[in-house]
Parts: sequence; C-alpha cells; structure tokens
Amino acid sequence: MSAGLPIEMDTLFGDYPLDRAFDEMREPGGELREHYRALAETLAGLPAEELQRRKQSADLSFLTQGITFTVYGRDEGTERIFPYDLLPRIITAQEWDRIERGLTQRITALNLFLRDVYFDAKILNDRVVPRELVYSCKHYRRQMRGLQVPRNVYISVVGSDLLRLNTGEFVVLEDNLRVPSGVSYMLTNRRVMKRTFPQLFHSYGVRPIEHYPQVLLATLRSLAPEGRPEPNIVLLTPGVFNSAYFEHTYLARQMGIDLVEGRDLVTHDNMVYMRTTDGLKRVDVIYRRVDDDFSDPLVFRGDSILGCGGLFNAYRAGNVTVTNAFGTGLADDKALYAYVPSIIKYYLNEDPILPNVKTFLLTEDKERQHVLANLDKLVVKAVGESGGYGMLIGTQSTARQREEFARQIEANPRNYIAQPTLDFSRAPCLIGNHLEPRHVDLRPYILFGDKVNIVPGGLTRVALEKGSLVVNSSQGGGSKDTWVLEQ
Amino acid sequence: MLSRVADSLYWMSRYLERAENTVRQLDVTMSLLLDTGGSSPEVRWQRMMASLGKPAGMEWKDDLDAMARSLVFDSLNHVSVTFCVNWARENARQVREEISTEQWQRLNRLYHQMHSPHTQTQFRSNINDALASIVDGIHLFKGVSDTTMIHGQGWQFMRLGRYLERAYATATLLEVYQPEVFHGQDREHSGYQYLELVGLLRCCTSFEAYCQEYTADLASDRILEFLLLNRDFPHAIRYCVDSMRHAVESVQRTGGRRAPEELTSVIGRLHAMLSFTTISDILSGNPAAFLHNIREQCMTIHELIYRYYVHYSIQSALAV
Repeated sequence: MSAGLPIEMDTLFGDYPLDRAFDEMREPGGELREHYRALAETLAGLPAEELQRRKQSADLSFLTQGITFTVYGRDEGTERIFPYDLLPRIITAQEWDRIERGLTQRITALNLFLRDVYFDAKILNDRVVPRELVYSCKHYRRQMRGLQVPRNVYISVVGSDLLRLNTGEFVVLEDNLRVPSGVSYMLTNRRVMKRTFPQLFHSYGVRPIEHYPQVLLATLRSLAPEGRPEPNIVLLTPGVFNSAYFEHTYLARQMGIDLVEGRDLVTHDNMVYMRTTDGLKRVDVIYRRVDDDFSDPLVFRGDSILGCGGLFNAYRAGNVTVTNAFGTGLADDKALYAYVPSIIKYYLNEDPILPNVKTFLLTEDKERQHVLANLDKLVVKAVGESGGYGMLIGTQSTARQREEFARQIEANPRNYIAQPTLDFSRAPCLIGNHLEPRHVDLRPYILFGDKVNIVPGGLTRVALEKGSLVVNSSQGGGSKDTWVLEQ
Repeated sequence: MLSRVADSLYWMSRYLERAENTVRQLDVTMSLLLDTGGSSPEVRWQRMMASLGKPAGMEWKDDLDAMARSLVFDSLNHVSVTFCVNWARENARQVREEISTEQWQRLNRLYHQMHSPHTQTQFRSNINDALASIVDGIHLFKGVSDTTMIHGQGWQFMRLGRYLERAYATATLLEVYQPEVFHGQDREHSGYQYLELVGLLRCCTSFEAYCQEYTADLASDRILEFLLLNRDFPHAIRYCVDSMRHAVESVQRTGGRRAPEELTSVIGRLHAMLSFTTISDILSGNPAAFLHNIREQCMTIHELIYRYYVHYSIQSALAV
C-alpha cells in the first residue's frame, strides 16, 4: 500500500487507502505527486507532538478570533468553530490557469445570458434554451424585465463549486450566483496557515489572496451610480442571527464600510438613506447578503422585515446599486445548469473550458424514465435548493426514500434534476496522528466589476467524516487553506 | 455613525455600568451583614433593592445565600449581573465590526466567566473574591475600551451610557440612604453608624477618595457634598453630568449637521444646578426632592438622546 514511500513516511501514511477516486497527493501507484513532496517531507520530519501542538495552536487562534458560524435551532452555544484541517490543498500554476480561464468564460457567458433574458430574450427565441424552463424558474424576476443595471453586470460576486473527477479534470458542479459565502474562511485560513507553517509556506511560492477585500471594494465602487464619485458603500446583512454573520462583520471591517441591517435603511423620493447619528446619509451601493425574497417587502415577500421597503424602486430609478442584482438565481437553477455549455457556445462561440457534470432533465420523458429506473445509482437534487438540502443520494438511500422521491418527481418533474454519483477527489487530512484521505471540493471566488477578477485559490471544503460526500459546513464539513503555486 | 450602532454601544456600556453597580452594592451589603448589630438582614436587603430600583421578583425570602446567588447569576432576573453582562455582550455582538478585537475578547471572557461553574463554586466559598473578579473583568473591558478604540462618536456614546447610568444609580442610592443617614446628624457616631457610612461610600468606590478630600472624619453632609457636587471624582454626580455634556459636545463636533438644542440645554441646566449650589443650600431645602429631580432629568436626557440620534423622524432629518 505504501509503495514508493520512504520509511519515516510509513507511520504518517499508516492507513491511507487509494482507490478509483483521484488523490490530490498521490499517484494511483502510491508515489507522491511532485508538488506535494515537500509538504509530505516536512510532515514526516516533525515529531508527532509537534504536529499536535501546531494543530492546537491553530484551533485556538480560530477560537480567540471568534471565527464561528451559527448553528440554527439551538439555544446555548449556537456559535461553533468551522473545523480547520492543518494541511494545505495545493494547486499547480498550470491547473489554476485552466480554472481561471474556465471560470472567466463561464461567468462572462452567464452574465450575458441574464442580460439577454431580461431584455430581448434572443436565446429563447433561437430555442437554444427552452422558454418554459426560464419562465417556470422560481428565481426568475419579472420586475427585472428591461431594467438597466450598472455596466450590465448582474453577478459581481460569485463562488462556483468545482470538483475534480477521477480523470484529474476539474468540473463545475454549481454556480452560486445569489449570495455565496465562505470567503472569510478562505482569508482566515490563510492567516492561520502562515503562522502554522511559515517556512514551508515561504518555500512553496504561494500566490497571495489577502487583497480580496480590496478587490471587492474596488468592484463595488466600479458599479456605483453615475455622478457619485465618492460612493457610500454598505454591506446589507440579515442580522446577527444569520449563519454567516461573522463573515458579514469581517468583510465590512476589512473594507472599512458600514454594516447595515434593513432597519437602518429608509427610502424617500427613490433614494436610499441610512439612519446615522448625524441624520440621514445617502447610500449608493449595497453589497447585499440578503436573498431576493427578503430584500424589499413592497416588491418581494411582504412578510419580510429584513429588507427595506422602497429599495427596489430606488434601484429601478438607478439611484442605488444593489449587487448581486435581483433575479440572478435564474442562472444557477439546477435545471438551467444543464444548458450552460450551450449558453457559452451561444454567446461566446467557444467550447466550455471547464465541463459540466452530466445532468438528466426530468422534464424530458426519455431521461426521466432512465432516472426513475436507476434511482439507486444517481443523485437527485431539487432545482431551487442549496446547502445540501432536498437531495437524494441513490447509493446511500433506502427503498422508501427512493419511492418518495419517485413520487415527487412524477408530480413535479421541473423541480428536480439527476446526476451520476460522483467519485470526486480526495486530499490528505490530519486525522489523529496520521494522514487520511477525505473528499474535497473547491470554491473559488469570482469578482466582476469592470472586469472579471479571481483571487488565486478559494475555499477547499472537506467532508471530514470518513467516506462522506457532503462538504457543507452545516453538515459536518471543514475547510483547508488552498495554495495556488507561482509556477 | 449608524443610529443602531450608537444605540448598541450606548446600551452595552449602560449594562456593564449597571452590572458593576449591582456587584458593588451586593459586596457592601454582604460585608455589612457580618456585623450583627445595626439593622436586620431584611432591612439591609430591602434597602439595597430600593437603591437598585426595586426590581420585581427580588423580595426578601429569608434565604440570603440563595437571594445573593440569584442577584448575581439568575439570567432571567432583569437586574442580575449575568443578565446585564449577557445583554452587554449581545449588544457588542451586533456591532462587532465597530469595537476592537480586544474589547470583544474581554467582554467575551467576562461572559464566559459569568457562565462558568468555577465562578459559582468560588461564589459559594468566597463571595468577596468572586465579586472582585467580576469587577476586575468589567474594569479590564473599560481599560481596553479607552486604549484600543477610536475616541470618536462610538466611544462618546459609550461614555454617555456609562455616565448616565452612573448618575442615575448614584442619585437613587443617595435618595434611599437619605432619610436614614442624613437625618441622623445630631446622633452620636456609633461604630455601626460608621460602618454604614463607609458602606455608602464603598457603594460608589469612593471611600479612599473621600478620605483624601476630607480625612476619615465621616460626616453625612460632607459625604453628600462629595458624591453630589465634587468636580473631579468620577463617581460624583456632578462629574458624571459634566462628562455627558462633553460627550454630547464631541458628538456634535464630529457630526454636527443638527444641533441637539434641547438635549444640550437639559444637560446644561442639570450641570448648572450642580455647579452653582452648596450643600447647605440643598440640606436646608428638600434634599429628597433635589435627588429625585436629578433622576427625572436623567430620564429626560435619555429620551432626548433617542429623539436626536436614534428614533428621529425622516421629516425632521430631511428638513436640515
């Protein structure tokens, strides 16, 4: 099992199975991949106690910094630390280059798609994307029809989820175009990592990511309404009970902008103001971390108290920029996802650089028959859900669950899609005193203002439970620092 | 600064001041009870409750230890120290981006201290140590607040909260002690009465400061003079009002779109009332009414702070 490893690494790799899934650190034969060699040697050279000490000091640093997320539905101790794995996930310059080009291409095309759908709908008239798929999407916002957004940018903050398949190829699993989170963990992971393995970090030549808040600020500034050279930019949070509240405060502090809640905002004459101790102050750009539905009770859900009444009218009048724009969830609908390669082709006349995962549309009779016959092998997802909710993992399901899903699919085929169970890649994690492989994904953060900007890296999420395929923090996931190498 | 943020900082500070006041009064009351002479435990307890504003659910129950524990740890009881610390932290959490990391960590530590079994054990074995370490936690927070936070509007709102709470609490305390202590001027100084007076001063951490000013010769009129009219002692009401005046002026200077005229005039009037009087004037008049008036003016100031900075109408703000 440990063929090709020097003796002292034997203990480190005590129980490290390799199988069909791509291993980020080791070749199928067991040899270390070149770019992981220095890391493995450093680890093997450290006494076990020293490794534990560094792990504890890293954990402590998260605790004292108060880097926590909120778990819903519990009274005391609702704040928890996001588990952090000590070992970095390493991506070579060549691999990153492809990811970066692929994401730029994808985001550019999806943005053009949103612009088109909300204006001329050429792509629908040309029958590249089925009309009924767009108009039946619950994230389609008719209020956005013909509404001019600054620079024609709908999606300025994106966090796409990538997986690496057993061929070694990266694929896009999801485009999160609404309010993606997690970027604060990317930033704090790096800070802790630099303190935990300073020399190793230095010797690797890792590309920096620390400028993310600055780039985000520049992105927001570039989208300010005309004639506002010194825009007042704010971050709109649902408030202290939101699971990502730590991130909201963190980003606001890092950018030096005000963190506002809906109740801080008022509108008057189609202008948005915030209540300050010096009176009302005009707001020009809102970086929104509140879902469409809750943003303006006059236009969207009337029972929401998280947003600000009149916000949408001010937005329509062009007096305030809200980003991401409303209605962007249309383009990350899981059924529309199947059409992203065609969308790229249609607008850019290019082949997709990053492929999609094979997706079965249940509205198509043939595909639905195939899926219903193979529910035990497939993954079924509800199209409008995220965060690992509303999912059936066929291989781990009971007959009863499959029956239940089959019934729901028959009742509302538009609401579901199916994908093959993916054998996505695994990376080494420190479990106890030795390394074990765990499934990982990658969420790079894409910013789009006057141009597309991707800080090299992202959040690598880990399914810390052995054999688990679910990386969501609400369901036992952790994270790793992600190193993109200079060369 | 956002109105909501100012509101949270103001209350964070008020709650901590309130917690500290409760701890000190409990500490003084418990040590007075060690001397068996003088008033009964029930009378002392009632007096303390009166100076804490007669909170509901804290009536005398004949089990002093249980009641003391409840006053410190019962998070459902609205005057308890834990309740105040919880709310101070909750306010801080909502403005996490406005306060320094050091402030947050101190307050967080204090919160965990209030909830740790260790503190409860310590409370049972040595109540003085337990209370002292809580006060330490509050003092550390105040210290890092002064040294790590920008002394801008946010800090001024914290000052406003602290001194308003303190002025109100001291006025209440003096009003409660007033009939007992200040009407017994011709009485002989017994050892017990001496202890009572020391207790009163210690409720405001002012025993040593008083001695420096007047020597250890405790006289009730001097104590009243010191706690009401001293210009330089931070627990004297005049000092508190002066600090509020400065805080409002600073807020006005740094923001300054709207002059809070009514607020400045109410604070100014209270300030003048305390600056241009003597203790004999007060004592020859109606000291109880005088103290009561201070409390009422504090409440007016609180309302005006809200009217000018937090809950103003859109029309009034647009008119400027």
